[in-house]
Parts: sequence; C-alpha cells; structure tokens
Amino acid sequence: MATATVASDLAKLLADGENTIIKGWLTALQKTGDGRISTQEVESQARDLLRALTKAVSDGATDVESHSFNDVRAILEGFSRSRALQGFSPSETATFVFSIKEPLFEQIRSKIKNAETIAEQTWAVTQLIDKLGLFTIEAFQRTREELIARQREEIEELSTPVVKLWDGVLALPLIGTLDSARTQVVMQNLLESIVREGAEIAILDITGVPTVDTLVAQHLLKTISAARLMGADCIISGIRPQIAQTIVQLGVQLNVVSKATLADAFAMALTRTGRKVTRIKTQASNGGTAPPAAE
Amino acid sequence: MDNIPILKIGSALLVTIQVDMHDQLATRLQEDLTTMIVKSHARGVLIDISALEIVDSFIGRMLANIASLSRLLDADTVVVGMRPEVAITLVELGLGLPGVKTALNAERGLTMIGGVSGGTEDDEDDDD
Repeated sequence: MATATVASDLAKLLADGENTIIKGWLTALQKTGDGRISTQEVESQARDLLRALTKAVSDGATDVESHSFNDVRAILEGFSRSRALQGFSPSETATFVFSIKEPLFEQIRSKIKNAETIAEQTWAVTQLIDKLGLFTIEAFQRTREELIARQREEIEELSTPVVKLWDGVLALPLIGTLDSARTQVVMQNLLESIVREGAEIAILDITGVPTVDTLVAQHLLKTISAARLMGADCIISGIRPQIAQTIVQLGVQLNVVSKATLADAFAMALTRTGRKVTRIKTQASNGGTAPPAAE
Repeated sequence: MDNIPILKIGSALLVTIQVDMHDQLATRLQEDLTTMIVKSHARGVLIDISALEIVDSFIGRMLANIASLSRLLDADTVVVGMRPEVAITLVELGLGLPGVKTALNAERGLTMIGGVSGGTEDDEDDDD
C-alpha cells in the first residue's frame, strides 16, 4: 500500500473516531497525571493537537518535517515550552504525546478488518507518533537551554560591578565563588574602571565570597597585583571570621592591607587620599542625625 | 643605531618607550640612564609605557633591572601608563614587578617623585 493511502486511511480514522480517541487518550493521561494541569486544559490541548494532526495527515503527509505539519509542530512547541516552564520533566512531557498510541491502536483494530492492513497502519502510526514525541522532547530541551543561558547571563551581569565610592576610590563587591573565568572579567572591569576614573585606591570587598581556598586567594592576589601595576593600591575588606581562619590554616600569605568591613576600608581610603569624615555640627544638642560629610 | 631619549623634568627623568625593545636597545638605555642619573642628580625615573601594547618577560626584566640600578643611585623608579590588558598579561605571566613603583599616568608619577623631594605636592586638594 502506498504512503498516501495509509495517510488518507489514517486521516479518516482520526476524523471518524475523534471523540473515542480523545476519551481514550484522556483516560491514559489521567493514569499518569498528577493534577498540576486541569483536565479541561489537557483536553483542549489534546483536541487541538488531534485536529491539527488529522488535518496534516489528510493532506497525505506522513513526514513530521513537512509543510503540512506546521500547525502540529507549532502546537507541540508551545506545549513543550509551557510544560518546561511549569517544571515538568521531559518524560512527563513526552508521555502526553505517547499516550495517544493506545486509543489510536484500538481504533485501528476496531475499524480495519484486514490483518495485513492493521499491521501496516500500526507501523505507520507508531513511526509518526514516535517522531512527534522526539520533536516534543527536543522543543522541551531547547526551552530549558534558553532558560539556563538567560540565567547564566543574568548572574554574570549581577556579579561583577565596580562602584565608585569617591573621587579616586573604587569598590568591587565580589559575590559568589571566584573561578578563573570570573577573575578575568573582574580584573578587566576593575582595570578599565581604574583608567576611566583615575582611581588611586580600589577596595575589594569579599563579604559575598562563600569560601576562600588557595585558588581563590591566588585569583585575588592576581587582581591586586594587576591593579598595582596600574598604579592603584588595593584594600581587602569583608573577611569573615571563618574565612580568616581558613586563610591562616591554609598558610596563604595575603600581603595586602585588609580591613574587617567595607566602612573601615573606605575610611582608610579617605585618609590615604588626604580626606577625613567629620560630623557637621547641628543646633540640637543631641544632633546625631546629620549625615557625615567628607572634606 | 636608534636610541631612546631621556628627558629631564625638574628632579626627575622621563623615559618614554615607544618602539619594540631588543637586547642592544635595552642595554643602551640602561647605560644612558645610569649616566644621566649621576650627571643630573635626578631623584626619580619615570618610565612611560603607555604606548606599549605588548610587554613580555624581557621588558619586564628590563624594568626590574632599571629599578635596581636606580635604587643603587638613590633614585626612585616609577612605571607609568600601563594598559589594563598589559597588566593582566604580566600578572598571568607571574611578573608582578615587585620593587617597582607604579602610577596611573605621568602626572601622578611626577607627584610621587616630587613628594620625596617636596616638589609638586599641592595639586591634590583642587579636585573636590
């Protein structure tokens, strides 16, 4: 039998038995479903897909990549995307497509009498549904990868800011683990900012660095040494007690000025650049609310 | 053979390196510089490398040599104008240039040297 005949037979089967197939499909889905998506929604998705599929095969096409399957692919893509964003697993997503097999085979068995035709039709349907299932998984995977890539970009943007605290004083609040790639970005950002701002002092704040091992320490020292080559002094701030202990226990020599908090480091930077912070005298005797100003 | 000019500014000597360094040129520069320091009683040497896009271990060693030489003759050496990418490369090569002072640009470098001999100290306060 030619492919076109198989397709048109299948189209007829699908069109005639739409309601039966949907019913069987939903029953199969309920067995595996966990109630994260309402039955109505699943039913409408199933119906949309089945109609698009019927339309596609009635054009005589059985190739999923062909033009006739555009609608089917669009529906599956949208469906996989929403499932991926809702946190479904790949197999849960693919099961939706594969569950159609059982009712479809039953339909074939009940409508076709010739054993050879049944075998042929079954094979055609299996191939078709398998391809659709694979397509669904690919679309699902693509959505997840897009999501991961976007999150990675966001993290990179978030984690390497260089802040200007005062004329000639920069701060670099480091957040997260320092690996080689990030050190490179941090270093570049810092050095470019030093040139742009004409900075004399850079404060590296490591409050947000969870652990400091020898490798991280080495990366810190590299950054400091590069800043020194550009004529800027570095101060390290925000060393937490546990981290101080780790550094000492590891025997890492951080030969730089370090301060406990960013505030201390900033005060030191101001002193070094010949400034100091004084309280503006207020009329009220308790007068503690005026903001401090640097001279 | 070409050589690198050494300019005298106040009590400092300014060397601007703009061409590719090679062995002979480096030796010649070191000789000229030591002679100049002694002759002019300079208190500091500024080496401007802002024109250099590539600084390899050879130039790194030359800078360290010049610094040691000047120190023997009682002059400070300040390397000025290093580009960010050059700084990163040097650090990756493990050449942190210990014992060499650095400044962002020639003006800052002059202030550093001037500060030693009490020269141009006052330009700090006008930026607020």
